[in-house]
Amino acid sequence: MTFPLISFYVFAAITTLAALAVITVRSPVHAALCLVLTFFSAACTWLLADAEFLAIVLVLVYVGAVMVLFLFVVMMLDVDIDPLREGFIKALPVGLLVAVVMLVEMLTLIGVRALQLPAPGDPALAAGMSNTQWLAMALFSQYLLPFEIAALILTVAIVAAIPLTLRRRQGVRMQDPARQVRVQPGERLRIVKMVAEKPAPQPETSSP
Amino acid sequence: MITLAHYLTLGAVLFCIAVAGIFINRKNVIILLMSIELMLLAVNTNFIAFSRFLGDVSGQVFVFFILTVAAAESAIGLAILVVLFRNRATINVTRIDDLKG
Repeated sequence: MTFPLISFYVFAAITTLAALAVITVRSPVHAALCLVLTFFSAACTWLLADAEFLAIVLVLVYVGAVMVLFLFVVMMLDVDIDPLREGFIKALPVGLLVAVVMLVEMLTLIGVRALQLPAPGDPALAAGMSNTQWLAMALFSQYLLPFEIAALILTVAIVAAIPLTLRRRQGVRMQDPARQVRVQPGERLRIVKMVAEKPAPQPETSSP
Repeated sequence: MITLAHYLTLGAVLFCIAVAGIFINRKNVIILLMSIELMLLAVNTNFIAFSRFLGDVSGQVFVFFILTVAAAESAIGLAILVVLFRNRATINVTRIDDLKG
């Protein structure tokens, strides 16, 4: 048992337990927090596989952005949990059965022979680069067009998500910036032509 | 020594947990979305492991794109969830049957 192997087992155990907690805990907020723990310990196992850049990206993007978004949504929706949980016990045996059968099938496919395969050295170090540099060399040369399409996908996601949740309330006095920019002088100032005349002097009224 | 099978087993376990989560939390859209994220994590773990043990950078590039698309997907999914809750005041999947499919 080397130190990396021990730490892999520890992180894998935390990942598995936290993932189990995600699907079984009662409150969605707790589920989201357990999912954060799952992602974090999975990022640690990625670090052990010499994928530093993607491990940090997983923490930044998932823990930092996506899970915070999840938590915001869960907290903003006033969800009544009990009706959502009613089929839980009934579906538990079927779910467990399917999951266990799938797991046994996959483990059979993976097999025990793969356990004895020797691990090669870090491919990035063999190429004389850090992991980030190794990834970037491929990303910005061979995969440049998919990279730009990915940027486009993110933009489209923002553009789609904002109008989806935008709500126009009735009877709210709001400024319309477009109209403010397009305003002409004629709409602000009206020049009225009128004859210049001096008001007639008030007649002296004698007090009685 | 950590071998390829360790990572593949971890990925398989995570994926099966996510499948079980979809089965037992059928009514709660939020947990369903979280289970999908868990599945993507399992797939990404497999990609990372193969990239490391075959010495091929394509696996890691693929994980990069999966992360991008998954972030976009969950942003749109949560936006739809918010709109759904605003219109129906529930996120119970069994009550969302307007299409009568």
